[in-house]
Amino acid sequence: MAIKVMIPTPLRAYTEKKDSVELQAGTVGEALAALTSQFSELRKHLYAEDGRLRSFVNVYLNDEDIRYLQKDKTQVSDGDTISIVPSIAGGARG
Amino acid sequence: MGVLRLREELSERIRAYGAETYPHECCGALLGSDGDGGRAREVSEIVPLTNQRNDSPRNRFSITPEDVRDAETAARKAGLDLIGWYHSHPDAPARPSEFDREHAWPWYSYIIVSVQERVPRDMNSWRLADDRGHYDAEEIVIDARASGARSTV
Repeated sequence: MAIKVMIPTPLRAYTEKKDSVELQAGTVGEALAALTSQFSELRKHLYAEDGRLRSFVNVYLNDEDIRYLQKDKTQVSDGDTISIVPSIAGGARG
Repeated sequence: MGVLRLREELSERIRAYGAETYPHECCGALLGSDGDGGRAREVSEIVPLTNQRNDSPRNRFSITPEDVRDAETAARKAGLDLIGWYHSHPDAPARPSEFDREHAWPWYSYIIVSVQERVPRDMNSWRLADDRGHYDAEEIVIDARASGARSTV
């Protein structure tokens, strides 16, 4: 399936300044794998060392959070848009 | 060291918000321009947001992806970029904690204001290094007459 992945501003330094990337994939997980294969510097910002998406990385398929779909196994269709949307967290102690 | 320009009025608003929400952490978005051709990154507007960490607001803050999207939309409508975030450290130094670093995004500027017993003190800005291993300090230049000054000027 031909789909588009929207890249948030803080990650565009790792996608040759592209704000979106078009690629072929059957699921959201395949799309993210293809993306990080093409732009390997993205990997450490999207995934923790245990291979899971970082807690502050949110992935939407056409405005639906994939946590409420089938996560990385969510099927995609031609023309779908995947968006990577930051959430922001921090705090004073450790 | 990178430079972040900030009008005095915006600096005072960030500090005041930190005092207002004390002993909880405040948070908000920085809208402005990244700077190019050697110009410094500059904050033109700030958007105060609600800290969503109701379980531990004294030493944690959280901004939802919905609020991030709204801040991006507000920036776009104003012809600006979403260039970073600010938050307060109640009774703690104005430097990023390990938790800050672990949860940071690259590229964004992160302003931290220390608030000691409801009085805003030091304010610093930081950017996460590409390797995620450390932060780089960013010099805040307070400008009373920056280019983003009010239209009445």
